[in-house]
Amino acid sequence: MIAQLFRFKGGIKPNSHKDESTTQPIKLAPLPPRLVVPLRQSARAMARCIVEPGQDVLKGQVIAVAEGPLCTAVHAPTSGTVRAIEPQPIPHPSGLPAPSVVIEPDGEERWVERFPFDIATATPQQARDYLRDCGIVGLGGAGFPSHVKLGPGEKGIQTLILNGAECEPWITCDDRLMRERAAQILAGAAMMRHITGARRILVGIEDNKPQAIEAMRQAARELGEKEIGVVAVPTRYPAGGEKQLIRVLTGIEIPYGKLGTHFGVQCFNVGSAHAVYRAIAHGEPLVSRIVTLSGNFERPGNFEVAIGTPIRDLLPLAVPRADTNRYIMGGPMMGVGLQSLDVPVIKATNCVLAGSPTLFPAPPPEMPCIRCGECAKACPAELQPFELYWYSRAKIFGKAQEYSLFDCIECGCCSYVCPSRIPLVDYFRFAKAEIWAREKEKAAADTARERYEFRLAREEREKQEKAAKLAAKTAAGREKAAAALAEAQKPARTPEEEAKHALIAAALERAKAQKEQAHPENVSDLTPEQQAEITAIEARRAEIREQAKPHLRQDD
Amino acid sequence: MIEALLVMALGAVILGAALGYAAVRFRVEGDPLVEKIDAILPQTQCGQCGFPGCKPYAQAIAKGEAEINQCPPGGDEGIHKLADLLGREYKPLSAEHGIEKPKSVAVIDEAACIGCTLCIQACPVDAIVGAAKQMHTVIATQCTGCELCIAPCPVDCIRMEGIAETVDSWKWKYPVVALRRVA
Repeated sequence: MIAQLFRFKGGIKPNSHKDESTTQPIKLAPLPPRLVVPLRQSARAMARCIVEPGQDVLKGQVIAVAEGPLCTAVHAPTSGTVRAIEPQPIPHPSGLPAPSVVIEPDGEERWVERFPFDIATATPQQARDYLRDCGIVGLGGAGFPSHVKLGPGEKGIQTLILNGAECEPWITCDDRLMRERAAQILAGAAMMRHITGARRILVGIEDNKPQAIEAMRQAARELGEKEIGVVAVPTRYPAGGEKQLIRVLTGIEIPYGKLGTHFGVQCFNVGSAHAVYRAIAHGEPLVSRIVTLSGNFERPGNFEVAIGTPIRDLLPLAVPRADTNRYIMGGPMMGVGLQSLDVPVIKATNCVLAGSPTLFPAPPPEMPCIRCGECAKACPAELQPFELYWYSRAKIFGKAQEYSLFDCIECGCCSYVCPSRIPLVDYFRFAKAEIWAREKEKAAADTARERYEFRLAREEREKQEKAAKLAAKTAAGREKAAAALAEAQKPARTPEEEAKHALIAAALERAKAQKEQAHPENVSDLTPEQQAEITAIEARRAEIREQAKPHLRQDD
Repeated sequence: MIEALLVMALGAVILGAALGYAAVRFRVEGDPLVEKIDAILPQTQCGQCGFPGCKPYAQAIAKGEAEINQCPPGGDEGIHKLADLLGREYKPLSAEHGIEKPKSVAVIDEAACIGCTLCIQACPVDAIVGAAKQMHTVIATQCTGCELCIAPCPVDCIRMEGIAETVDSWKWKYPVVALRRVA
């Protein structure tokens, strides 16, 4: 089916250490006494919690609904009681806590009612919404929501690529999954092909996993479809990188700023295909995943673990050796060190690696860069890591961006080959984070400027409005005065007005006469003595007034 | 002789027309230097520089009336950027204008707020909502941390709170180079 495989530039060939954990079949991990389910499962967005502490939940019950385009729902991994909704440490390089739902399992594993989803009659949009509500995210490690990737993109999707390369050393969860559940993976892939309308499916598996390749080929034969191709790709890290695998299988090189969908290609992890199958065929949301426990363990292996199981409860399954001094979530190349064992397994957790001073010795001290160019030879993104290193180290971020810093996939090849043992990826991560933070800051400053200028404009407008109001008021007063003046100067009245005026005058006359008739009672019937007394008082008053007059004037 | 004069005159006319057209066609609105300086300033609008906002400060710098080290929120990095842009000498932050502090937001103690609206009038970016005799609150995402609302509050119910680091705002740190004892 495939005439030719292509190559990507660079890459490394570390010892793959796959055999340690592939000998045993996948085992079911027991339920821990306490599950911590972070609300932030898909890489970029946090779901909205809809349960309350004390509430009983069933396995697969929605505990948080998706909000926003890059969000997926979160479900209860088992039946039990919600004990708390609080910030808990999550597996993140920062080690900071994030809102999580703490569930105490009742051990009964009672499911919610599950209904298979009828994909044949549903529209692609309905199917994508269903997968979002089932909480399906990419299980390869980045945790990007699958329903977004299943969207049609610009030109539609012709080729669906299943990523079974699993290129990072030590990790074997996809390998065991393909060996044991090949038919389910391909059934899930067929469903995704139906949703996207793709023509063919390519499964890329590194050739160091012959059993997995054989199992997948067998399943493809049993399915009897010609358009499913299982391809063994050369083992070379990072063959499982999305852009690298697309390059190897199709020869398409995806340029900066573009996605696979621009070229009709979309890539999914085999675990995601399996989760899609469980969701559509059995109505089961994503509540568990396969996790590899490997490294410095007595009994390394793969386990099906409920999402939210604390790492601490997981470790006894593989029995860590006595000299274990640290744990890494993910592989040795791209994983992040765990700062606490209380962090739970999330949907993106593919591996927990135990390290010891002999197995993963502490990095030797960094030496100066000698510009040997080994990193540029190893870089699968075809960058010049040494240039990026100079600029990141000197914090000249603009230049680092000119050298395509954001094309870096942080695979760690450059750090691996560096003879001066410079932690190059750490510098790139620092530079990327700093650039993002600055962009955010700039956006905030722009908003502040806009709001400040708006405020100034508003104050100016209010001032003008006030002035206009005052002017209008003054104008109204003047008009009134002018009107009164005009009234006074009005010439002779009309006969009608004259009659009205006469009536009013007559009424005033009557009122006056009435008033004169009414005398004040206390001065009506006075004796002559009383009258004389009043006259004398009035005279005195007049005299006093006369005397007071010059004083008043002086006061003035 | 006359041909030479004509050729030169024609050349002058053509070039003059071209320049005139370019002056109209590529006319620059406003002062681009002020815009550039304003883009470096943090837009806190706090007035610590002695000017009523970031834009007036930018204008003063452009005119050469103000030093480049009067902006505490912009900090050392801001001064370096201004020095690079303007070709001026770097100077440490002038102490009389304040000190560089970590970014923070204003928080109103809503139980103590009497609804006097004084802080609303003081806020340069309209980040406080409320009405007379009603409780006020700060829109944290819009707050620039300028501290202008603190002084007018008659009941001292506004305080500045540092912004806590979350999973979303966390940044990878600068790689620490381990020192090795050689002797």
